[in-house]
Amino acid sequence: MTTTSPAPLPHLDWLEAEAIHIMREVAGQCSAPVLLFSGGKDSICMLRIAEKAFRPGRFPFPLMHIDTGHNYREVVEFRDKRAAELGERLIVRSVEDSMRRGSVVLKHANEPRNRHQSVTLLEAIEEFGFDCCIGGARRDEEKARAKERIMSFRDEFGQWDPKNQRPELWNLYNARVHKGENIRAFPISNWTELDVWQYIQREGLQLPSIYFAHTRPVVIRQGAIVPANVVAPNGETLNTPKADEEVVDLKVRFRTVGDITCTAPVESAAATVDDILLETATTTITERGATRLDDQTSDASMEQRKKEGYF
Amino acid sequence: MSPTATPEDHGLLRFLTCGSVDDGKSTLIGRLLYDSKTILADTLSAIAKTSQKRGLESVDLSLLTDGLQAEREQGITIDVAYRYFSTGTRKYIIADAPGHEQYTRNMVTAASTANLAVILVDARKGVLTQTRRHSILAHLVGIPHLIVAINKMDLVGYSQDVFRKIMDDYLAFAARRGIEDVHFIPLSALNGDMVVERGEALDWYQGPTLLEILENAPLAHSEHGEPFRFPVQYVCRPQDSANPALHDYRGFMGRVESGAVRAGDAVTVLPSGLSTTVKAVQLGGVDIDAAATEQSVTLLLGDEIDVSRGDMIAARDALPAAKKELEAIVCWFSETPLDRARTYLIRHTAREVKAKLTAIVHKLDVNTLERLPAEKLTMNDIARVQFKLAQPVFADPYADNRATGAFIVIDESNNNTVGAGMIQ
Repeated sequence: MTTTSPAPLPHLDWLEAEAIHIMREVAGQCSAPVLLFSGGKDSICMLRIAEKAFRPGRFPFPLMHIDTGHNYREVVEFRDKRAAELGERLIVRSVEDSMRRGSVVLKHANEPRNRHQSVTLLEAIEEFGFDCCIGGARRDEEKARAKERIMSFRDEFGQWDPKNQRPELWNLYNARVHKGENIRAFPISNWTELDVWQYIQREGLQLPSIYFAHTRPVVIRQGAIVPANVVAPNGETLNTPKADEEVVDLKVRFRTVGDITCTAPVESAAATVDDILLETATTTITERGATRLDDQTSDASMEQRKKEGYF
Repeated sequence: MSPTATPEDHGLLRFLTCGSVDDGKSTLIGRLLYDSKTILADTLSAIAKTSQKRGLESVDLSLLTDGLQAEREQGITIDVAYRYFSTGTRKYIIADAPGHEQYTRNMVTAASTANLAVILVDARKGVLTQTRRHSILAHLVGIPHLIVAINKMDLVGYSQDVFRKIMDDYLAFAARRGIEDVHFIPLSALNGDMVVERGEALDWYQGPTLLEILENAPLAHSEHGEPFRFPVQYVCRPQDSANPALHDYRGFMGRVESGAVRAGDAVTVLPSGLSTTVKAVQLGGVDIDAAATEQSVTLLLGDEIDVSRGDMIAARDALPAAKKELEAIVCWFSETPLDRARTYLIRHTAREVKAKLTAIVHKLDVNTLERLPAEKLTMNDIARVQFKLAQPVFADPYADNRATGAFIVIDESNNNTVGAGMIQ
């Protein structure tokens, strides 16, 4: 019997082991969990972790995407392809359906739809009776997330109460809920953007093409790079330039992929995961700050959205 | 796929920072992040803007760590926040615990996953009641290494005498409480002296910088030769008709909480007490040679034994005790006092059992460790208590094994986590 383990686990192995443990706790404690899969890099890592956790069995949860209808075509195609390769069930629920039902009302036609995903998510939770949504949020993304639990309790309105969180000790997670309430579980809470890229490299994970440098027409709006005239999967052309804006061709890549109207790329020539790792290790801009137009409104905007039921 | 530690990867260290209000804890964390080059430019520019709004002249590093709206309004930290940095050789997770008395529960929460604690002392104020409380709590929760960081040395003229006096005071207190393995370090978080850079103002101090101590601190599982413990979280039975090879597959999924495991090892399954051998260790359905402490794997066993979630697979020659009565140090978190008349749930490893309080042996004064008689436990109380359990748990004393010696208490009426316990 071996009783000692002198060499420390390399940090990626430690992070992976922790994430597997959390997913298995969800599977063991919850009766109807679902894994949120957007086709973005964090949720792509989550699928690999789920494979390591549950193969040769099937995942003990379906995958689900809350689609704004304004996602990049490349990402939506990747999402469908990946789910099919894994042979797992993918549920897609659309913000546009919520708009048709009248549960989402936009302030104006061009309003970014990201924050309205909360409504569609809550509708889907009710439709399927999910008691736990597993998400790929990380604590290093944003200050409010740094204080959120790994198993985060939401009341029946999907609300997060940052002042009344369950204490979370050791690796003993409490995912118990009453009917109508649910848990948001975040297995890669302790990962940073650098960890995610290192994991993608080590595992040889495929990503949607827009994560890598490509040339596209953009305008510069309030210091951010805004992709111009993007055709969404629903056929709409988004981000049409204003009269006084000049469209230029720029070599860019996306660090996060979300709604077309509020996700900005960064200027980059990084064509491979190795290039991106190098850039990430030496980067001078944090991930959401540079690229999420919807987080810049106020210092506390993520906390506000999470209280309303956002991921 | 088995972990191979390269010289470049010294693993992951989780540590705790704690201190009193205004002793510069947030500034110290900001300094660590800043000087280790991971504070990124736009975070800084956002902070520069907020600092200007408050009429501050220089960048306030403490603004990096105060996360929630309510806290930003009050200018204090009220919940545990987690921060990350990496030196390229080691990754760090900082649990930042608040200093106020009413938040003992946050301190205990933050300490539960830490392997090292940095206790901040204001050089002008010396060892305070809160310093002693934080040290006692860190020690109680089993953090093996303490660093006493004597901060604001710039405000006492970088005086070696002040440093020595505080060190002597602390050592006298620590000796009485059985606290060993303490490092002392003088620093100025504001100016960055002895955090990551040595600076020039503390030339009388020859010891390592704070970061040097962190880089060389031993990691939790590399210290003890604890026997193999594997709580089963989930049972995998694919029964995939497309693949006949999987018809009889039964994989027991969990995390190696202590020790290590490889194919051929002799194990016993609890509660059944049946013995068998490990047939294979797998990750993602693929055989691996062995699994070390803290690795999540799947075990296949040599004999067909009924095993379910909450069972424990353990080294046959060193089994944990089956306990239906627990004596434990408990920290109570809830505004509703611990009630003898009620039945609670105790979650221990992957096991959940009903429990009733049978006795409060004594309460502990967290400032002095003095034992006090008590009739009830209220929020932030720490006490030695006894529980009676409906089914046994398979436990080791917390002092020997943090994973199999710990439990949480759940109130079934609202499902809140209301207490945390360490088995004696």
